[in-house]
Amino acid sequence: MSSFWNIWVWVLTLGTLVGCYILLRWCLKNFAGVKEGESMGHTFDGIEELNNPLPKWWSTFFLLTIIWAFVYIAMYGLGNWTGLLGWKSSNQGVLNIAESKAKTAKYLAKDSGVLVQYDREVAAADAKFGPIFEAYAARSIEDLATDSEALKVGQRLFIQNCAQCHGSDAHGTTGFPNLADKDWLYGGTPEAIKESIMNGRIAAGMMAWEGALGGDQGVKEVAAYVISLSGRSVDPELAKAGQAKFGMCAACHGPEGQGSLALGLPLGAPNLTDNIWLYGGSQRAIEESIRNGRAGVMPPWKDILGEEKVHVISAYVYSLSQD
Amino acid sequence: MKNSHEKVEKHVGWFFLVTVLAISIGGLVEITPLFFQKETTVPVDNLKPYTALQMEGRDIYIREGCSNCHSQMIRPFRAETERYGHYSVAGEHVWEHPFLWGSKRTGPDLARVGGRYSDDWHIAHLTDPRSVVPESNMPAYRWLNENVLDGELTGKKLETFNWLTRNRSHKDEQGNSIPLYTQAEIDGAKDAVKGKTEMEALVAYLQSLGHALK
Repeated sequence: MSSFWNIWVWVLTLGTLVGCYILLRWCLKNFAGVKEGESMGHTFDGIEELNNPLPKWWSTFFLLTIIWAFVYIAMYGLGNWTGLLGWKSSNQGVLNIAESKAKTAKYLAKDSGVLVQYDREVAAADAKFGPIFEAYAARSIEDLATDSEALKVGQRLFIQNCAQCHGSDAHGTTGFPNLADKDWLYGGTPEAIKESIMNGRIAAGMMAWEGALGGDQGVKEVAAYVISLSGRSVDPELAKAGQAKFGMCAACHGPEGQGSLALGLPLGAPNLTDNIWLYGGSQRAIEESIRNGRAGVMPPWKDILGEEKVHVISAYVYSLSQD
Repeated sequence: MKNSHEKVEKHVGWFFLVTVLAISIGGLVEITPLFFQKETTVPVDNLKPYTALQMEGRDIYIREGCSNCHSQMIRPFRAETERYGHYSVAGEHVWEHPFLWGSKRTGPDLARVGGRYSDDWHIAHLTDPRSVVPESNMPAYRWLNENVLDGELTGKKLETFNWLTRNRSHKDEQGNSIPLYTQAEIDGAKDAVKGKTEMEALVAYLQSLGHALK
């Protein structure tokens, strides 16, 4: 704060406090020309007005609030002065995260003379929870997945951050993968799960195929073939025509439609032979997927949650598909 | 003794004047200096102006009353920052007119919602919230998928924001303000949003939230 605004704040605040005191003293004077407690000399409907002063308890409390204001200013400061406690709620005015961290470190030092309430709160929590997460981070995900305490922590973090898409039971919904089965788009190993959460996944993106397949008929044919892959009955003529066109799909889904994971490719192209359908398995839903394409996105969480928490969530997710 | 306080007690004009004077002091001390502080006038390093589409999305956010149930203000409490991320700082909001901080959280805070969910999720959630969050009591906003933007006023909105932020934009080496939007951006604003659905605009806006403090 510039010195002008500092003086502005001080003058107005102290002026108001002194002004309140003067006003109180002034109003406590007897202006009526009649002794206290005696009649003012007029009566309305038998009600007589007496010259009573302000109640003692009231004027005393008024005075105490003024004194309290000075105590409060001494403790918490005013304008540029931070007061005897050096108290701030947070580091407002930082322009980037690095600056925020630097200020936190600076004011947490014992001799800084500044007490940032938020930083203290976080430091106290870190001292309590930090070692727990550190210990978890030192263990492998497979090991953590057998630790019921760690899984409880993982579940809380999952429900708070992941359940919006994957559901509170992790069973997913249309367009958002089920994490509790053994069907994976990017792999169900501990490393693959952690990688998916840390850095996110952007599906290579299935393009809209209607044009390339020669219109609606082509879409219907390929859909019929895709449905037949998981052993459901379809019009064999249609499926046969679809199979001829499936070569275009094989680049991502594999020649047998077994999905990109089976090919060892990080494309996120689902297995089409297992009758598990991310975007719905009805004829109409499959045709829609082929016609307009699909592209799932898993956001990266490493900057939001940090690696230690992701590690615990990975263990929780990994545990869901283990028998 | 003469009671000069009588003058205030018996004349409404004087009483009004003195009352206004008394109640304005709090504002003069607590609000006025903020108009001139670095914290409230200097944008954070990474603050970016809304694109034309995000700007339209922001107006839809206002129109649909999203801020009645969602705040955009993370307070400096650990319980909040654990869930939402770094507490909000004033420098993230210096270009907001009006502020959309909100004051009530029926739904969660959205100050840093950008990038937390995929576009597909936002579309599914706004179209039918219970399709992805069964416990949700948020209304469905199906019409956003159908309403199409014409972009007639988008350029004007960008121009208006140039004017509103003229004293608090980023500065060049000489300390002169750099306008939020160039003339080319203002001229191209209509084409940038024309034909897009309101859903696309709102999702673009939501995905832009909270990336400024890096």
